[in-house]
Amino acid sequence: MTIDLVIAAVRAVVMLLLVLNLSAVLLWFERKGSALIQDRVGANRAALLGIGARLGLPNLGIVNTLLADPIKMFTKEDFVPDGADRFLHDLAPFLALFPVLVTFAVVPIGDTVTIAGHSFDLVAANLNDAVLYVLASIGIGVYGIALGGWASNNRWALLGGIRASAQMISYEIAMGLAIVAVIATYGTLSLQTMVREQGGVWFGWLPRWGVMLQPVAFLMLLTAGMAESKRVPFDLPESESELVAGYYTEYSGGKQAVFMLTDFAEVTLVAMLITTFFFGGWQVPWLYRDGFHLPGGVMVAIPYWAVVVLGVIAFWVKTIFFCCLQILIRWTMPRFRYDQLMSFGWKLLVPIGLLNLMATAIVVVLAGS
Amino acid sequence: MPLGLFIFLAALAVLSALGVILQRNPVHCLMALVLTLLDIAVLFIGLGAVTVGFLQAIVYVGAIMILFLFVIWLLNLRVEQRPSGHPALKLFGAIGAAALFAELCTFVIKAPSTAGLSTVPAGFGSIASIAQALFTNYLIAFEVTSLLLLVAVIGAVALARRPANIAGKQSRSL
Amino acid sequence: MIVPPSWFMALGAVLFAIGVAGVVLRRNVIVMLMSIELMLNAVNLTFIAVSRALGSVDGQVIVLFVITLAAAEAAIGLAIIIASFRNRETVNADEMNLMRW
Repeated sequence: MTIDLVIAAVRAVVMLLLVLNLSAVLLWFERKGSALIQDRVGANRAALLGIGARLGLPNLGIVNTLLADPIKMFTKEDFVPDGADRFLHDLAPFLALFPVLVTFAVVPIGDTVTIAGHSFDLVAANLNDAVLYVLASIGIGVYGIALGGWASNNRWALLGGIRASAQMISYEIAMGLAIVAVIATYGTLSLQTMVREQGGVWFGWLPRWGVMLQPVAFLMLLTAGMAESKRVPFDLPESESELVAGYYTEYSGGKQAVFMLTDFAEVTLVAMLITTFFFGGWQVPWLYRDGFHLPGGVMVAIPYWAVVVLGVIAFWVKTIFFCCLQILIRWTMPRFRYDQLMSFGWKLLVPIGLLNLMATAIVVVLAGS
Repeated sequence: MPLGLFIFLAALAVLSALGVILQRNPVHCLMALVLTLLDIAVLFIGLGAVTVGFLQAIVYVGAIMILFLFVIWLLNLRVEQRPSGHPALKLFGAIGAAALFAELCTFVIKAPSTAGLSTVPAGFGSIASIAQALFTNYLIAFEVTSLLLLVAVIGAVALARRPANIAGKQSRSL
Repeated sequence: MIVPPSWFMALGAVLFAIGVAGVVLRRNVIVMLMSIELMLNAVNLTFIAVSRALGSVDGQVIVLFVITLAAAEAAIGLAIIIASFRNRETVNADEMNLMRW
């Protein structure tokens, strides 16, 4: 009983630390990656005791982003504007961060592992209704943004907050329709079961990934996920050149850092969801529990622990790929105007999602009979 | 559901419900209501109604309460300044609520005691069992509810739209 | 100790009474609507408790319908409040007394 509790606690803590660290690394990717795309150098001034310069190495900006920036942000003065609602102003960033972080608890990283007689899946919480939990958390995440805008006693922040929450609830519907199509395909709400069903091959060589079954849903989830986390091209609520900083204008220091962390945590969440639903999660192509069964009949035997480790690595590679894809899209595309954004969500994505769902339902019923 | 967890959730629900009716700032009332609804969703899940619990969080907390929030901002409601209501009304209201509570508790205590819980079938509260009941026994109610939602959408849009400009009369901007 | 369903029903009764007190005592119609939502949720809790006690899933289906109805009613109620706010500039129920004697 106690050992079960310890294992569960370790899984939860490990997942949380992995996600937080990935968010920090993504911040570095974003700064240096955007610099690369925009043909400039990016942040490269801060260094630790001048170590890199003495060795003749280029300054990659790691110390700048991962050490200097957090220290700066958390030691800045934390002010609350005059006339603002103090309690909600303090609460809003954490109300925005909390639902995003708890959603990571249900994302599966790896296969079943047995340690000292206790076997468990590499998930922090292996829920049977994991997908409903994800949808609920995404819905609750709207409050932090909305209250952050309102509690600042600043009409532009309020405008940004209202725009942001209206956008988020509109694209929740598109996300929900994409996810429901995936649920209809796999017939289960549990994420670990969905990943397991994506093992195996078709025609002897094609991995059974979800993207072959639901390409429309994949594109919808990618688009709606980026809109949900208010990334460019959907970032009008926090448009950096128009609304000052939108809903987090009046936030400085640690609370702004928490909002930024929410942004990157949502990027990671969308990447993980896409990996889990459409790209096989922790499944490596042609890798089964006893080793590789390559097409053409070649079989490479691998011990089980190595299979699990390969699965975990594959999951992180796919997740980082989709994170980098979102960063790339951010620095390539201009942003939508707000009415274009809303009509795109309601008049294009929702009908496409409904048609996709109808087609999926028909195919599932015909295939089942 | 373990006893300690129930006591905690029940106390939190009652405290936040009291917060809903006692706060002066409408946004604070709303956040207290959100907390109450999330608490009740957890109670649903504890009682085995997993799907309905999550749907309560998705639909009620994630959509309806945000609608309330938007309307509060649209009408630009401030903290209530003057004390609300007549003192006599408050007294009678409190007495009435207490009487209602006493009556409900009498019913709960005197009801045929469901001593313990009956064993529930496998898959109780799962989405499959609810869908089974919804699409066979309650199909007509399901279809009528969809019609009701359509009527509600049309009605809300028609009621809340700005009145059309009659010649010479400006519609007040909101 | 397993918590018997009657305790959940008692909690529902408490929340219902608090909702009634909110409707009667508060004069802000939006807070009155919120208290009505509280009452609906108390009833939902009772339904789920009884559904668990009887082992039947019908209670949960009814709760699903109640949630849907609450959504429709909240939308219409708030639209009415917006429309009435345009004429009277107030959400205080005491000041909406045009048709009172």
